[in-house]
Amino acid sequence: MRPAAEAFYGTIRLIRRFEERCIDLVRSGDIGSGIHPCIGQEAVAAGMCAALRPDDALLSNHRGHGHFLARGSDPGRFLAELTGRVGGVDKGRAGSFHPSDLSAGIWGASGTVGHGAAIATGLGWALARDGDRIAVSVFGDGAVTQGALLESFNLASLWRVPVVFVCENNGYATTLPAPTAIAGSVVGRAAAFGIPASTVDGQDPEVVYDAMAAAVDRARSGGGPSLVEFTTYRYEGHHTFERRMRLAYRDEAEVARWRERDPLAIQAARVPPDVREAVDAEVEEVLDAAVRFALESPHPDPADAFDHLYATPVRLRAGVSHA
Amino acid sequence: MPKLSYAKALNRALTDEMERDPDVFVLGEDLKFALNNVTTGLLDRFPDRVLETPLSEQGFTNFATGAAMGGKRPVVEYQIPFLLLLVLEQIANQANKFRLMSGGQVKVPVTYLLPGTGWRPGWGAQHSDQPYGVFAHLGVKTVIPATPTDAYGLFLSAIRDDDPVVVFCPMPALAMREDVSYVDLAPIPLGVGRVRRTGTDVTVLAVGHLVHEALAVADELAGEVSVEVFDPRSLHPFDWAGLAASVERTGRLVVFDDGNRFCGVGAEVLATAAEEMRLAAPPKRVTRPDAAVVVGCAPELDLAVQPSRAQLVAAIQAVVKS
Ligand SMILES: Cc1ncc(C[n+]2csc(CCOP(=O)(O)OP(=O)(O)O)c2C)c(N)n1
Ligand SMILES: [Mg+2]
Repeated sequence: MRPAAEAFYGTIRLIRRFEERCIDLVRSGDIGSGIHPCIGQEAVAAGMCAALRPDDALLSNHRGHGHFLARGSDPGRFLAELTGRVGGVDKGRAGSFHPSDLSAGIWGASGTVGHGAAIATGLGWALARDGDRIAVSVFGDGAVTQGALLESFNLASLWRVPVVFVCENNGYATTLPAPTAIAGSVVGRAAAFGIPASTVDGQDPEVVYDAMAAAVDRARSGGGPSLVEFTTYRYEGHHTFERRMRLAYRDEAEVARWRERDPLAIQAARVPPDVREAVDAEVEEVLDAAVRFALESPHPDPADAFDHLYATPVRLRAGVSHA
Repeated sequence: MPKLSYAKALNRALTDEMERDPDVFVLGEDLKFALNNVTTGLLDRFPDRVLETPLSEQGFTNFATGAAMGGKRPVVEYQIPFLLLLVLEQIANQANKFRLMSGGQVKVPVTYLLPGTGWRPGWGAQHSDQPYGVFAHLGVKTVIPATPTDAYGLFLSAIRDDDPVVVFCPMPALAMREDVSYVDLAPIPLGVGRVRRTGTDVTVLAVGHLVHEALAVADELAGEVSVEVFDPRSLHPFDWAGLAASVERTGRLVVFDDGNRFCGVGAEVLATAAEEMRLAAPPKRVTRPDAAVVVGCAPELDLAVQPSRAQLVAAIQAVVKS
C-alpha cells in the first residue's frame, strides 16, 4: 500500500537535509571524498524504496545516499561511513562511493558505471531460487551507454530474473547532456530485449511509488525484469568538487525550471503545516544525533588495513622488506 | 590404478562438489557440449545448475558476483586466456573488493576456471597469453595446478574458498594422465607448494606445465647436478616458507615461469629470494621475454618467446658454477 503523504514528506525531508549536512561536512573536511549529492532526486529514492519489501535487495550507485536513507539505514551509522569511521555501516571501508548496508537491504554500490546491473541480476537470480525476494539495480543515464548494462538486460530477460532496473535520468552524466550521449532511448534499449519499460515522472514520490510497485509485483510474481526510467534532476553539481569550479554545461534557466518541480515542495503541499513542522523538527533532531555519532566514532586503526579483504584469510606480506 | 586425465580430474572435482553442495552451479559458454570436457555429464545430472550463457563475459562474470553474494557458489568457465583480461575489472575490481567494501558483510565465493592457459599452437597471437601474474599481482587468489591430482584438489579448494579464486590450467597439462586411485583425491589447500623432486645443488621453482619440463631437465642433468623441483601450485597465496626451506637446503635458485619477464612471477620470486633467503650464488630466471607475444601461427616464432628446456639447463649450469 502506498505510504501516507507525511511519510513520503519525512523521507524526502530527511534526504534533503542529510545531503545539506553532508555538504557542510565536505566543507569542514570531515567527508574527505566529497559526495555526489542527490538533492532534487529525493522523490525517486522515497517512492522506489517504499515499494520494496525489507528483504528485497537493492544495488545502489555513486549517487546513492537517498536510497540508503529511504530504506531505513541508520543515519548515524551511514554518516559515520561517509566520514570514514569504524562505526560506519561498512566499518569505514566503503565511504560515500561504495557503501552497502545489508540490514537495510542495500548490497553495495559499484563504482563502475553500468556494471552493477549484472551483479544485481545475478543476485536476483540467486534470491529467486530460495524464495520470492527480488533485486533492484539503480543507475543513471550515463550507464545506458555501457555495453555491460545491455548484457545484463539480455541475461535478465533470457532467464526471467526478478530484477527491476531503475534508471534515474537526471539529464547529465557529469557534464555530458543525455541527448548528446544516448542514441535511441533508455526505454527503447529495454524493449529491444523484451523487457517492459516506461518513462515516469521522478519528481513526485506517489507517481514513482505506483510505477515501482507495478514493476516489483511483476518481478515477484514470476513475470521477469522490467525497467523504469524516472526523469529527474540534480540541483547541485555532479560532485561537490563542482562547487569550486564554474562549469557552464547547463544554464540557470534550466535549473530554475526544474526547481519549480522540487520534490520537497510537491510533497510538502500534501501535508498540513503543523505536521510538516513536527516532521522537520524531528529530522533536525535525528540529523544532529547522526552528526554527533559520526564525528565521535573512532577512526580506524591502521593496523586493521587488511581486515575484511578476504573471507578465507591468507597471510599477506607487508609492503616493506623485513630485515 | 586408473589413469586420470587432467580434464577428467576437473570434471570429477566439479561433479563431486555439485553433488555435495547444492549451492554450487556452473556457467559459461558451450557447456552443454562440454567443449573443454569439464562439464561432461553435468547437465543431465544437475539440469538447473548448468547455465549455458550467451557470449557476454563481462555480464556473466558480474552475474556470478551477484549470485555469490546471494549465497551461491558459482564456477565460471572461460574458453580463452584473453577472456580473463576482458573480465579483469569484473574480477579484480568488483568480485575481489565487495567483501572489503562491505566491511565483511558479504562474501563472494566465485571460482573462475580457465581450462587452457598459455600457448595454443595455430591459434594466433590473441589466444596464447599467460595472464596468471596479473591476477596474483592484483591480489586475486590464483592457482595453477600442474597435475591431474592437483587439478582435482586445488579446483575443489577453490570452489570451497569463500573468496574469488582463479584456476589456471596450463594448455599442455590438459592432456596429461596420471595413475591415481580415486580415494586419494582430496582437497589441496591454497598456498601450499610441493617439492616434486628432491635435490641438493639447486632449487628450480617451476610454474604450471613447466613443472614437467623442469622434472625432465632434472633427469637429464642427474649425473651432473642434483636439482630440486619446487611447484608452488598457487601463486596467491604463495608458499614462501616452502620455497625458503628448499632454498635453505640447496643455496641456489632458478625460476622457470611462462609469464612475461617484466613484473612477472619470476621477478617477485627473485626479489624475495634476494631479500630474505640465504643464497650461495645470484639467482636466475627463465621466463617469456619482455612484452612477449606468442604469435601462435609460426612454431619457430612461438617457441622463441617461450621458456625452453635448453634455457633452463643453461641457467642451472650457470647458477651452479657461480
Ligand atoms: C565505467 C565508468 N566510466 C566513468 C566513470 C566516471 N564517472 C563516475 S560518475 C559518472 C557520471 C555518471 O552519470 P550518470 O550515470 O548519469 O549518473 P549521475 O551522476 O548523473 O547520477 C562518471 C562519468 C565511472 N565511475 N565508471
Ligand atoms: Mg545522470
